[in-house]
Amino acid sequence: MNKTITIAHGNGGQENSELIGQIFYKHFQNDILVKSEDAAVIENGKLAFTTDSFTVSPLFFNGGDIGKLAICGTCNDLAMMGAKPKYLTCSVIIEEGFSSRELEKVVRSMKKELQINGAIVVSGDTKVVPKGSVDKLFINTTGIGEIEYPNISASNLKEGMSILVNRDVGCHGATIFAAREGIDLTTTLKTDCASLYPEIKALIDANIPIIALRDATRGGVAAVLNEWAKASDICIEIEEDKIPIQDEVKGICEMLGFEAVNLANEGTFLLAVDKKDEDRALEVLRNTHQNATILGTVTNLHNQKVILNSAWGTKRFLDLPSGELLPRIC
Amino acid sequence: MPIELKNLYDDFRDGDTIKAYAKIISKDAKKLKNPINIMEVCGGHTHTIMKFGLPQLLPSNINFIHGPGCPVCIMPKERIDHAYVLAMQEDTILVTLGDMIKVPGSNGSLQQARSKGADVRFVYSPMECLKIAEENPDKKVIYFAIGFETTTPMSAVLIDQVIKKDIKNILFHINHVTVPEVMKELIDSRDIHVDSYNNKIDAFLGPSHVSVISGAKIYQDFPTIYKRPVVVSGFEPVDVMQGISMIVKQFIEDRCELEIQYKRVVTYEGNLNSQKLINRYFDKVNLFRWRGLGNVPDSGLKLKDQFLQYDAEVVYKDILPIAEIEDHKLCICGDILRGMAKPTECTIFGTACKPTSPIGSCMVSSEGACAAYYKYGNLI
Repeated sequence: MNKTITIAHGNGGQENSELIGQIFYKHFQNDILVKSEDAAVIENGKLAFTTDSFTVSPLFFNGGDIGKLAICGTCNDLAMMGAKPKYLTCSVIIEEGFSSRELEKVVRSMKKELQINGAIVVSGDTKVVPKGSVDKLFINTTGIGEIEYPNISASNLKEGMSILVNRDVGCHGATIFAAREGIDLTTTLKTDCASLYPEIKALIDANIPIIALRDATRGGVAAVLNEWAKASDICIEIEEDKIPIQDEVKGICEMLGFEAVNLANEGTFLLAVDKKDEDRALEVLRNTHQNATILGTVTNLHNQKVILNSAWGTKRFLDLPSGELLPRIC
Repeated sequence: MPIELKNLYDDFRDGDTIKAYAKIISKDAKKLKNPINIMEVCGGHTHTIMKFGLPQLLPSNINFIHGPGCPVCIMPKERIDHAYVLAMQEDTILVTLGDMIKVPGSNGSLQQARSKGADVRFVYSPMECLKIAEENPDKKVIYFAIGFETTTPMSAVLIDQVIKKDIKNILFHINHVTVPEVMKELIDSRDIHVDSYNNKIDAFLGPSHVSVISGAKIYQDFPTIYKRPVVVSGFEPVDVMQGISMIVKQFIEDRCELEIQYKRVVTYEGNLNSQKLINRYFDKVNLFRWRGLGNVPDSGLKLKDQFLQYDAEVVYKDILPIAEIEDHKLCICGDILRGMAKPTECTIFGTACKPTSPIGSCMVSSEGACAAYYKYGNLI
């Protein structure tokens, strides 16, 4: 562990796991926490409970803003445990001098997203700090959901199962990167930020037996696949040419030297089901996004690793992203 | 029809085309008298070769040697320490490119300097320094310039603007290096600097983006004087496979030539305007120390004497450390860069030396050979 915390410790990849493991788990350790699922399952499997903080810059971006993100993020973590989002808290830390009109705009978009989830904010807190103490506005939301489909877990994957994705990957990360200062890109790309509960509800209603579910936020699809491979002690093989990626996302990745599977998403999730259920699951997913697809299979070729199969018959590891995402030089 | 970005890579990653080249190469390789070792000079090529799993498609008598062409990898620690010291100065903004900020020096990386309060920024184009300098008139902006011939013109344009617009708060720390000099050193060093005795390099895959600027002409000596064929190749998998096929054909037809695979952009002469601009502002340095290799004559650039007032190495001379810092004794990057060993033969590869805590030059940037092996694995 480094003496000081760097940006890389918040990347959702290797350094991030190190930080959580060596400081937080060490002291907070308990049976529920160490499962490290998207949300904790409490009260004998009745409730899911989670929290998330939002510090995105810029606050407003194509297809969303920090408010929408703050509701989607927490509600999606609940939905990923098969829970219906019910009650949320909302804490905001505001930098002195922030525009009250913009604040209201953010809160309005939170309200809209709450309605989609059928959830309400029941408690909150506000703090205003001197200029420079935070970057404009930070939001934390905590949520409780009622579990409708129990026993979803990252540790249940077995050989032969299928891995699906609900839509194209990398939009959110690419949109934020293009909007950041220092990289002058004009694009019509939109974030994928969306509440996922309706899509999960549709899977449950269609009686699809769900093995594992996880939204591919920080660290992207690559991080989720690696987490599953480790948690279930299996290998996941992905067909590279099946991964749906928009041309614009590909373009940004090419220019900056990123891989779309490492970019963050806010409305993209992976689903593991038995082979026999894959077609029915795909049909349900395609009711929302036409480009939902089957990415690959669980095997035992190289346990705890994710392998990408190319269209020309070669194989390579798809590793956990590490470090800060930085453009390459030449 | 307008050209879209995807036209620039989609077809060059076509599975059928790659498979077709693999077939041609395998067929031709049967006629080779001896196995051949091809050095891909550039880290970008190493990255392509590993990312797309190309060695898995090649017969066993064609072998890659991963060259020193990664500007971040070859930066000696003492120069990273320069960047760190400069970044920690009061009222200073240190600007550099991409993953330079991750590389650890003896006090830490620029990323760590940033977490201690230093203002360190990475830019995609050096021209953004102009905006940063304008927005921060009471601060010094120091551009820590790195890269091969490819990024040198951008530094030259920036200094050209700084002089023409009489901007007082931009300084330069120049670490530009050149490719042909280090290639020569790797096969024909007769001095104490780099041990090229018994090197195994039979041919070179030349980096095309360098030649977009400098032309293919910079490699002319290799086939004629040093008897090593060179194919200047692009960076997509189809480009690399075609480049390899061209090299194999030279061997079986008993030719030794300079050829260009990447004809869609590279010419023999290169970009003459860029070359002129570089020559206006830069001189060669007698020796540049390459991490993992040692001193290489004439392989680095510095600002010309008449522009010394813009040179951070001169302006901050009194505070910059000068002692050379060697890599860990167990590190075998020097052997890897000369083709004497593969990353997996190193005893600390993947254990003490990882991308998150790199010890040697080949692990520090994603384009280094060890980092590429670590990341993509060796599934042959």
